[in-house]
Amino acid sequence: MRMPIVLEKKVKHMKKTKILKVEYLTRVEGEGAMFIKIEGEKVKEVKFNIFEPPRFFEAFLRGRNYYEAPDITARICGICPVAYQMSSIHAMENIFNTKLPNHLRELRRLLYCGEWIESHTLHIYMLHAPDFLGYDDAIELAKDHPQIVEKALKLKKIGNEIVNLIGGREIHPINVKVGGFYKMPSKKNMLELNEKLKWARDISIETIKLVSKFEFPDFEQDYHFVALRNENEYPFNEGRLVSNKGLDISIKEYEKYFFEEHVEHSNALHSFIKDKGNYFVGPLARFNLNFDNLTKTCKEIAKEVGINRNCKNPFQSIIVRSIENLFAIEEAMRIINNYDEKLEPNVNIKITAGVGMGCTEAPRGILYHRYKVDEKGIIIEAKIVPPTSQNQKTIEEDLRKFVIQNIHLNDEKLTWKLEQAIRNYDPCISCATHFLKLKIEKL
Amino acid sequence: MIKKPKVAVWKFASCDGCQLSLLDCEDELLALSEVIEIANFPEASRRFTKGPYDISLVEGSVTTAHDAERIHKVRKISKFLITIGACATAGGIQALKNFKNVNEFTKYVYANPAYISTLNKSTAIADHVKVDFELRGCPINKYQLLEVINAFLNGRKPNTPSHSVCIDCKTKGNICVVISENIPCLGPVTHSGCDALCPSYNRGCFGCFGPKETPNTSSLSKDLIYRGMSKENVVRFFRTFNAYADSFRKESEAHEKN
Repeated sequence: MRMPIVLEKKVKHMKKTKILKVEYLTRVEGEGAMFIKIEGEKVKEVKFNIFEPPRFFEAFLRGRNYYEAPDITARICGICPVAYQMSSIHAMENIFNTKLPNHLRELRRLLYCGEWIESHTLHIYMLHAPDFLGYDDAIELAKDHPQIVEKALKLKKIGNEIVNLIGGREIHPINVKVGGFYKMPSKKNMLELNEKLKWARDISIETIKLVSKFEFPDFEQDYHFVALRNENEYPFNEGRLVSNKGLDISIKEYEKYFFEEHVEHSNALHSFIKDKGNYFVGPLARFNLNFDNLTKTCKEIAKEVGINRNCKNPFQSIIVRSIENLFAIEEAMRIINNYDEKLEPNVNIKITAGVGMGCTEAPRGILYHRYKVDEKGIIIEAKIVPPTSQNQKTIEEDLRKFVIQNIHLNDEKLTWKLEQAIRNYDPCISCATHFLKLKIEKL
Repeated sequence: MIKKPKVAVWKFASCDGCQLSLLDCEDELLALSEVIEIANFPEASRRFTKGPYDISLVEGSVTTAHDAERIHKVRKISKFLITIGACATAGGIQALKNFKNVNEFTKYVYANPAYISTLNKSTAIADHVKVDFELRGCPINKYQLLEVINAFLNGRKPNTPSHSVCIDCKTKGNICVVISENIPCLGPVTHSGCDALCPSYNRGCFGCFGPKETPNTSSLSKDLIYRGMSKENVVRFFRTFNAYADSFRKESEAHEKN
């Protein structure tokens, strides 16, 4: 039986004015809402607001030791703690001019693969797919299709097992440090994981085929995609910041091009690119800008399901996320095969005063950190720009256009569609607050 | 048909990690949904079943006036209220603002501080309403969460030991990181729950599970200082995810004054 939906919806009918709102968005991480005001055929106001309470990380990082940054910033988000740890350690290593040997660089990539698999699988099956299939959640979906949900959970678990083995635990891993890791995981445990990854590889291919058969609204936009890019590999931890509209800068130049503004309806700061406005980060941006660096299997299956490198439909992000999942699985297998447990877990750090930046690809898109530390390694300044606040303006733009395209729908259907449009971005509100309430006002 | 007990999940100021632990029970989630009705869990479902609820799992700390009121509403409609994680049991990492001037913090992070509404302190749920059980950890241990839900549904006390991380290290046969490598470790005063994770990875405990029952924090501080830690670092050591838990707070304040 379909239970009443969780969203408190208030739809006001006035003369020609209509308000659609969702006061507590669901199947997103954190607390947000939507508010849309429509007058006749015109959308007057769109707010995707974040009422997640502010937690002031950037303020209380000041006065802490440089080595505490990965453990403290992990607590910004329980879904993507690895991303926070990676961006913070790379920023610190940038200050201290620390060079990491290739085996540690690879081990960090492997840890990130685990987080992508866990986070992407959670979003594909538990947060996004129920919208396409008309279910309230994955548990309801499991009643009709138990085998799908069982496989999904098993796939998600494998991502978590990678994070567990390398990081010590799934949520807020403890094995990451500036300069490398505390301890090298055992090769034996790694090889056990590889056996499971072979199964996961097959299931991830099944997933791509399954989700590519979903019905997608005709909604292509001229987006400004931004992602990291490297010459020869799909990005995780480093690279240049590039876009489909000519941006090509080093991470050090981020703050010359990217700015944040504080708007009244949100506890998150909105990001924009100077003279260019809103932009789009995350799987779709990465895929479009780095297609050539995907594995052969990923490229072949993308072609088979009919998705190409110029995908501009955010609803199809579920396919792209599934392709990235396959990539992360194959990449994990490659790294595990080359792994040598006898190598050193970390390198020495030479503390110096200075400023450093780190930008890595969280499952939801680029995550930028900048720190200034003194000669003792004490943090004097901190700046953190999470992916969801970078997407916030683009999400509002999507809502504005999508509501007009679907204005014929009844309020309940329209509201659900609009929620789905938000979930395309896998928003992480806990991250963005330093982010989401959905209201629609139709006039 | 027997009516399934209703479980609700509520979020306050937090990182969502503790409630995610429920979705991370990949092997147990579907079995769990057979015996309980997950009646309110916005992170996972659009479905919402009205209260009252048999169990409310509360994540996060109280940091806004609105949330200080909301927690009373949650208490009213819950038979058992269980807090999960360091934010809900001790105020969390965001309680670091409790030691500072919040206006200055708001100005530092936000360009227009007037848009931000926040209380001076981040506080534990038990500071506001009666709590039936506090499950520690940053994050919680998902197996302990299943144990607590199981215990409450069966009317027994949860089996979640309150001894120190030290005891777990001994049980595991870990070599002590303090004795062997002079690595600072909060293990002697920290509540069990992680299975002595950090010392098993060659690092010192940093207190994710908060103070154990009757912790001798001053004795530990003496030893930390004896082994070469500065007072400033002793203050920082006690001030992380459980900074506002009574004994950790007092210990850090003692070293700040001197």
